[in-house]
Amino acid sequence: MMAMLGFLSLMLAVGCAAGGLVTLLAGHRLRHDPARAAWGRAAAAGLFAGVTLAVVMMEAALIGFDFSIRYVAANVNRATPLLFRVAGLWGALEGSILLWAWILAALTLLVAVKYRGRHPDLIPSVLTVLFGIALFFVGVMVGPANPFARLPVVPPDGRGLNPLLQNHLLMAIHPPLLYVGYVGLSIPYAFAMGTLLSGQHRDEWMTLTRRWTLVAWTSLTAGLLLGARWSYDVLGWGGYWAWDPVENAAFMPWLVATAFIHSSMVQERRRLLRIWNVSLVILAFLLTIFGTFLTRSGILASVHSFTQSLIGPVFVAFLGLVMVASLLALLARLPQIRDEGWLDSPLSREAMMLLNNVVLLTMAFTIFVGTIFPLIVEAATGAKVTVGPPFFNRLFVPLGIVLLMVMGLGTALRWGRSGAEEMRKLGWLIGITLLTVTALGFAGIRGAGLVALGAVCFVTVAQVGEYVRGALARRAATSESFPVALRSLFALNRQRYYGYLTHLGLAIVITGIVGSQSGRIEVQRQLLVGQAMQVGGYTLRLDGLVALPGADKLVVAAPVAVFSGNSTALAGSPGSPGALDILRPSENFYRQARTPVPTPAVRSTWRQDLYVVLMAFDPAAQSAVLRAVVTPLVSWIWVGGTIMVIAGVLAGWPSHPT
Amino acid sequence: MAHRHNDRAWRTGVALLIAVTLLAAGIAAAKDPEARAQAIAAQLRCPVCQNESVADSPSELAAQMRTLIRAKVAAGETDQQIVDYFVSKYGEWILLEPPRRGPLWIVWLAPAVALLGGAYLAFAYLRRSMVGREVGTLKR
Amino acid sequence: MAVAPNMRSSWPRVWAGIAGAAGAAVLLLVLVFGLHRDPGAIPSPLIGRQAPEFVLPLFDGGTLATPALRGRVVVVNFWASWCVPACYEEAPHLQRIWDRYRDRGLTVVGVNIQDQDRLARDFIARFGLTFPNGVDRLGTISIDYGVYGVPETFLVDRKGRIVHKYAGAVTEEMLVSEIEPLLADADGASP
Repeated sequence: MMAMLGFLSLMLAVGCAAGGLVTLLAGHRLRHDPARAAWGRAAAAGLFAGVTLAVVMMEAALIGFDFSIRYVAANVNRATPLLFRVAGLWGALEGSILLWAWILAALTLLVAVKYRGRHPDLIPSVLTVLFGIALFFVGVMVGPANPFARLPVVPPDGRGLNPLLQNHLLMAIHPPLLYVGYVGLSIPYAFAMGTLLSGQHRDEWMTLTRRWTLVAWTSLTAGLLLGARWSYDVLGWGGYWAWDPVENAAFMPWLVATAFIHSSMVQERRRLLRIWNVSLVILAFLLTIFGTFLTRSGILASVHSFTQSLIGPVFVAFLGLVMVASLLALLARLPQIRDEGWLDSPLSREAMMLLNNVVLLTMAFTIFVGTIFPLIVEAATGAKVTVGPPFFNRLFVPLGIVLLMVMGLGTALRWGRSGAEEMRKLGWLIGITLLTVTALGFAGIRGAGLVALGAVCFVTVAQVGEYVRGALARRAATSESFPVALRSLFALNRQRYYGYLTHLGLAIVITGIVGSQSGRIEVQRQLLVGQAMQVGGYTLRLDGLVALPGADKLVVAAPVAVFSGNSTALAGSPGSPGALDILRPSENFYRQARTPVPTPAVRSTWRQDLYVVLMAFDPAAQSAVLRAVVTPLVSWIWVGGTIMVIAGVLAGWPSHPT
Repeated sequence: MAHRHNDRAWRTGVALLIAVTLLAAGIAAAKDPEARAQAIAAQLRCPVCQNESVADSPSELAAQMRTLIRAKVAAGETDQQIVDYFVSKYGEWILLEPPRRGPLWIVWLAPAVALLGGAYLAFAYLRRSMVGREVGTLKR
Repeated sequence: MAVAPNMRSSWPRVWAGIAGAAGAAVLLLVLVFGLHRDPGAIPSPLIGRQAPEFVLPLFDGGTLATPALRGRVVVVNFWASWCVPACYEEAPHLQRIWDRYRDRGLTVVGVNIQDQDRLARDFIARFGLTFPNGVDRLGTISIDYGVYGVPETFLVDRKGRIVHKYAGAVTEEMLVSEIEPLLADADGASP
């Protein structure tokens, strides 16, 4: 029943997307045709209604344990809690394509309604592109990735979600955020392509999509941040970023979108980089498709998990189609979108933004090459090689440092041509940075970490300097007090001052990364209850083993008392006062999985995290294997990342006309 | 004249950036046996995991590999000998970063080529746009 | 430096088009290639090389040293009791191979890895396995053979060279087709 309705509503969505596409394509030559515009809006509404209905049906099936549907049987079992039944929608391939299509349909409708009667020569072309993308996604669902496919025999119970996904609340919000980011990038793409198709505009699309891009970027940032946090909280190795294909797939579009946000400012101010910006937007969109392909086709899956599905070829075909169409459109309109402006000086903010684009694109390219290089080598020679975290870490250290330098310079220099004032500013910046680096050097920091922290300092001082200078100037002009002046800066030029805040957030994130990469201490030991172990200034004592049966899992926890200092006298005195904390790392036994999923326990301070994982235990011997990791500055990553997200939200918040 | 002055500043900046990058790349230190074992394990891919190193993986095979590495370090084998042992058993696939030799250099050099090529193109673009400025000023 | 606008208009366009199309084509070809291979199939560098020697403590007491097997064809099987269903599928097949060829110069050796002693013994009893079976407690043997997961099975000829590696469950038929020529080959050749 639900499967039937769901599939029918998907068919409706396919019809609407195809109808909208055909109507608008046919009307392409006739501009200013209100009837066709109305048809386009109706098709958008129909598309949204169809996909929404399908989502509702799927959620109803997931929540109501309709195991006749293969997707439900594969991703939910009777013990799955409600939240994770709802989140089951994005737990596997077909459901996540449904979610993708839903967000895209919503955005399409939003574009159709919001720009109703405005830009009549542009919006129909934009909608054409959106319908084309939507047609692919809903088409895939009535074809090879049908979420409503049924099982010949209804099983009594389902298999359940991958326990790694079911083991953390973040799973409920991290994928949708990432998808809003991914799909959000198809809006600037549709506007850029619409511009090329209609041949009418050159710079308007950028202004129109500024906020869309910002929303997409912020969602991607939040998605990446939560992904890192999930990795830290669930995977139990004490790290937060593994250069996993799934992470890379989200990171590449983020890098390109970041580049675009900067270079679009150059276009708006100087009427430059037009071709470049269109190319960036196309690239960002292609990377979202490519990333989905990478993570969903099984092409990069690891040992013993090979699945053959039709999804791969279909995505390759779509990727090829988008590449060809975008390239043709771009080449056809190349003369019309040539630059008209000029640059005054290489010592300018726009020149630095150009360099920032070079670095960000190199980063994205590095990930791209690293990701497909094993495939290239295998295709060429048949040999298998791995390109893993050490490769990326090694290359991203120098690239990141260069990026920070350019960031600092770009903030310190001005638009147009920098003069004596900016040179003085730079002098100060370099002076403060050198002093800090010297101090850090005396404090025992060496090597790449020192250089990176120097670059972080350079960036930070540059941003703070802008705030101080701006507020001082404002105070002089308006006689506001300094804090009030500082606050009104944000109101006056959000893009600029929230932009600096994002830079500060990134500087904090990078400080956290440098700290956590350089000063990590790890110990793994088997302890009997009552025994203690030392790790980086802490003493941990195993205080017991506790079994806690839950609805969907059995939890075995090992209470661990944490003391500061390297004391061994604590062994064997249970309940002794003076413990800093009692941590309860646990292992979770889900019935759908053979191996338990650990839940690490973390004691987090601004200086360092103590991260304890229960690796194994033996109830008969009353012993447990504990892994304890002390990592400096990890919490800075979450703080800095949160600042970036908040700054992104505030910069894109609808402003009230004053 | 101002033009030339800017050029010089520009080149100095680029040279500085390159110097800093080189500085960042060059780091090495002496290590105790446990740190050596840890460093070796971090270079090896855990065969039964999705994209995890032998150092990080909680799997039993990775734990056995770590034990074996410690034993080999204690027996006086060099880092290179230990890594070569694993390569001889599992193939180069087990190295988390591709070895720097022959055609595999491509993956190491591609990012550098991209960065330098991109910087060159940006530089050429800047120069061209600044020519545009002179034309534009004349038009004004 | 200043290039006339009409000169800039067509050539870069053509070149950009060609470069873009070529890049796209290469990428798509690589992806299509990627879809047609099995990411799990990793060739073992040990094929054709001398099989690593080992001394295996057996479940029923005593030890087995591989040098003693020189001159025989050896099937080395790595298994674990938790390996469901592959190890359970192949166990009877391995036993049949042992029954069929033990008198013609073949030995099946079971190497239990990453397992618990009691569960492993239950497994052996359940299938009535009579070929030599022992435990590799530290994993050194399995790492020496470059084992990824269980089950994996190596076929070693009379000269002690590894001729074949199977990842996943083996069947009697698969093994027979490889074993027969090995036995026949060495029957005629001088040892």
